[in-house]
Order: sequence, then C-alpha cells, then structure tokens
Amino acid sequence: MFIRWSAAVAAAILLSSPALQGASAADKPTDPQIAHIAYTAGVIDINAAKQAQKKAKNKDVKAFAEDMLRDHEAVNKQALALVKKLNVTPEDNDTSKALSKQAGDKLAELDKLSGAAFDKAYVANEVAYHKAVNSALETQLIPSASNAELKSLLQTGLKIFQGHQQHAEHVAAELK
Amino acid sequence: MPARLASIALAVIFLSISVPARAATIEITMENLVIAPAEVSAKVGDTIIWINKDVFAHTATAKNGDFDVTLPPKKSATSVVKKAGTVEYYCRYHPNMKATLKIEP
Repeated sequence: MFIRWSAAVAAAILLSSPALQGASAADKPTDPQIAHIAYTAGVIDINAAKQAQKKAKNKDVKAFAEDMLRDHEAVNKQALALVKKLNVTPEDNDTSKALSKQAGDKLAELDKLSGAAFDKAYVANEVAYHKAVNSALETQLIPSASNAELKSLLQTGLKIFQGHQQHAEHVAAELK
Repeated sequence: MPARLASIALAVIFLSISVPARAATIEITMENLVIAPAEVSAKVGDTIIWINKDVFAHTATAKNGDFDVTLPPKKSATSVVKKAGTVEYYCRYHPNMKATLKIEP
C-alpha cells in the first residue's frame, strides 16, 4: 500500500507535467498499474529515508526518517499481501518509470550534500514528495482503483501520507 | 452484616483512594489511524487495554507526561490508570491521532 502511495506520488509528479497530464487523463491507470505505482512510490521514500538515516545530523530529521521507514515499510508489506491475495501482478508503467528516474536523480543530488544542507534539502523534498503523492492519490489513484480493498488501502495510505506531509512541514519550519 | 460490609467499603474508599473497590477494564482501539472512543472516562485503578488494529506502530502518549504506551502493529498493551485528571494523549508517530481520557479519582 505504501508503495502504492508512492506510486500515487509519482503519478502526481507526472501529472504536474503537462505532457503526462494529457496522457493520464486519457488513460486511467488499471489496478495492476496502480499497485505498481503505489509500491514504487513507497520504495522511493524508503530509499530516501535510508539515505537520511546515514547522512542526517539533526535529531528531528533523523526521527522523521525513522517514521518514514517504519510506516512505508508497513504499507508496502500490506500492499504485497494484497496483490498476492487478489492474485494481481503489479504492472510496470510509464508513471512508475518516471517516478523511479526522478527519485534516482534526487538521491544522487542529495548525496552530494552534507550536514545542515542535507537535512534541509531532504525535508524540503519530503514535503514536496508527499504533497505530490497525496494529490495523485486523491485525484487519480483512488478514483481509478476498481477493487474495493485496493481503494481502501489507498485511502489509508492517503491518511497516513497527509500526516507525513504535516510532519515534514513541521520539521522544515523548525529547521529554518 | 450488609451494614458492616458497607461501612468497610466506605472506610476503604475514604482511607485509600489508590485502592478503589472495583476496578473496571476499558478498551481503547486504534484502527485506520483513529483512536476510538475519542473520549472516555475512567477511574484511578482502572485498567486500559490499548488495542492497535493497524499495520502501523502507534503510541498512546499523554501530553502531560503521565503515560507513554508503545503499540507495535497488531498488538495490544495494558496499563493501569494512576492519577486523576483530564489527560489529552496522542500518537507520537501520527500526531493527528488524538483523544482524551477523563480520569476520576
């Protein structure tokens, strides 16, 4: 599920680009695609959190990264259990690919930073990422999901992601 | 006999607030990032059973520092109410989860 959320985030990011927006509006993602996007989005935030655990200096930033790791891993575990139960094979798609590419670039960019500069950049990206994911979930992934259990998992994801966004915004404000 | 029992009970109540005659058990559930009931009354000496039905870890953390219960995913925990007062508590991991425990002496 967390992964799905992540996928939603990716979708949100993609949706914010005009080219993607046209394509997304025309082609509603299928459940296997939504599952893949959500899982991918979760993995992205897990990787970002792992990087932050190694590099972050500020204790609130470290604690935030720990929260992200714990929640997103829990959601992804849940997502995997659901696709298995539903006998659905998550399907790779352009949104997932774009998300992964973008996330890889971000990881490389953040890797060059250290200390307070890293902390700030990581938290700022977490704010932006969760905003994008939440918007994708709300406007695209949840309305498109046809399986009720998938939809419900996405809705739980949205709720928890909204909390993450607020948490990230709070940490970002403290760092200023 | 009943009169004597009653007077003993009264004596217990007056002599020792920390040892209530009857302790109740109250269940508080966390599910889908919501604490239910959002407001519940208890008495000193009552036992709270905290039930986490989510796949996420939660905590029940009193704002005034009176308690801090950690609940791993899908686990329960119990604690005994020790101090009277209206206690607002929340989940440290998901601060949007908030509720109130009204504890009578």
